[in-house]
Amino acid sequence: MRINISKRKIKDPFVAKVEEISGQNLLACYQCGKCSAGCPAVSEMDILPNQIIRYAQLGFKDELLQSKSIWICASCFTCNARCPKGINIAEVIEAIREILLRKREDHLKIKKLSDAEKGDVPPIAIISSLRKFTS
Amino acid sequence: MKISYYPGCTLKNNAKNFEDSTLCSLKRLEVEAEELDRWNCCGTVFSLATDDLIHHVAPIRNLIRVKETNTNKVMTLCAMCFNTLKRANERVKSDPESLDKINKFMYREEVEYEGDVKILHLLELLRDEIKFENIAKKVVKPLKNLRIANYYGCLLVRPKEIGLDDIENPTVLENLITTLGADAIDFPYKTECCASYQTVDKPENVADRTYHILTSAQSQGAELVSVSCPLCAFNLDHRQKETVKKYPEFKNIPVLYFTQIMALALGCPEKDLRFDLHYINPKPVLREKGLL
Repeated sequence: MRINISKRKIKDPFVAKVEEISGQNLLACYQCGKCSAGCPAVSEMDILPNQIIRYAQLGFKDELLQSKSIWICASCFTCNARCPKGINIAEVIEAIREILLRKREDHLKIKKLSDAEKGDVPPIAIISSLRKFTS
Repeated sequence: MKISYYPGCTLKNNAKNFEDSTLCSLKRLEVEAEELDRWNCCGTVFSLATDDLIHHVAPIRNLIRVKETNTNKVMTLCAMCFNTLKRANERVKSDPESLDKINKFMYREEVEYEGDVKILHLLELLRDEIKFENIAKKVVKPLKNLRIANYYGCLLVRPKEIGLDDIENPTVLENLITTLGADAIDFPYKTECCASYQTVDKPENVADRTYHILTSAQSQGAELVSVSCPLCAFNLDHRQKETVKKYPEFKNIPVLYFTQIMALALGCPEKDLRFDLHYINPKPVLREKGLL
């Protein structure tokens, strides 16, 4: 895969926005990969947690905003617990989701769920998925 | 002993077995759980965005309700409520400016919140206040020869600042289960995420996790799995339906709340265990062990 790194991308306001919303210093990451090693969801992800941090440092906005991974992460905080640099990776992923949700781009289309799908699951599941997946 | 009790939404329906078995057990342990008169949804997930104060209003409002009962301690059962209430509390405690904003937003509340309510999970109450040695004295039906794998999930132990036990290797459930006479089975998936709310739109992902978590417990000899979160309980129990479809060799295993197991040992009647709410019926294994 060919990847173009550019000053323009790195200086994109997207990078600062991710840092602001997440409260994390992206450049603290030295790519040890512990977050991805411990993540229970990597098999369903297209961009792994350590790659998400690298992409965010480099301003790969489109790749991150279109990735499946940001909707796969369920904020279990295993990555946060194991990061030797104290970066809260789950917060960075939340920030990327927020950037989309704040434009009213809902990920979960509640109207598309059948009554059976909605009726079977406990209320905490419905409320938390709405909190994480809708604006 | 009396303690204020915040149930949360799911304890009143899908997880009624969690609530009923807890209330019966506490009665046997001479603890009176007083449900708050008014309570609202905690929000279920702690907002991780630095600038999102509005989602901390709901948990903080519940803590005001606790203050109104002239106490500064509240017990929860649901792991999501525990995590959200405790993290929101820590957030406002460490950030007076946020607390001030949230108080001003709730200007109609008669009590101003000061960050001074202690949020306890039932497991902390059992371990630190009632104490396991006193629970052991109340056991009327020791759970002999019952091999239980104890599953914690995420929100009781992470993040470290609010977790109720060791972040990587918690043992409070094992210690409780052993107190009740059962054999605690160790397995490497006890703090692995069950995929949580993904169960709404990606049940197939949950089926994968359920498969890995439960087969790991079974490979260590577990006959049932004990849980402490209503969402984990749903995913590990009810999603076994989807798990079998995806993995035909998968063998079902009953999933119970640790409080149902405790209630059984303390001699609570079967009506308080509410086995009718389970997908996989736990009765056969309990009967086989002479516990029903």
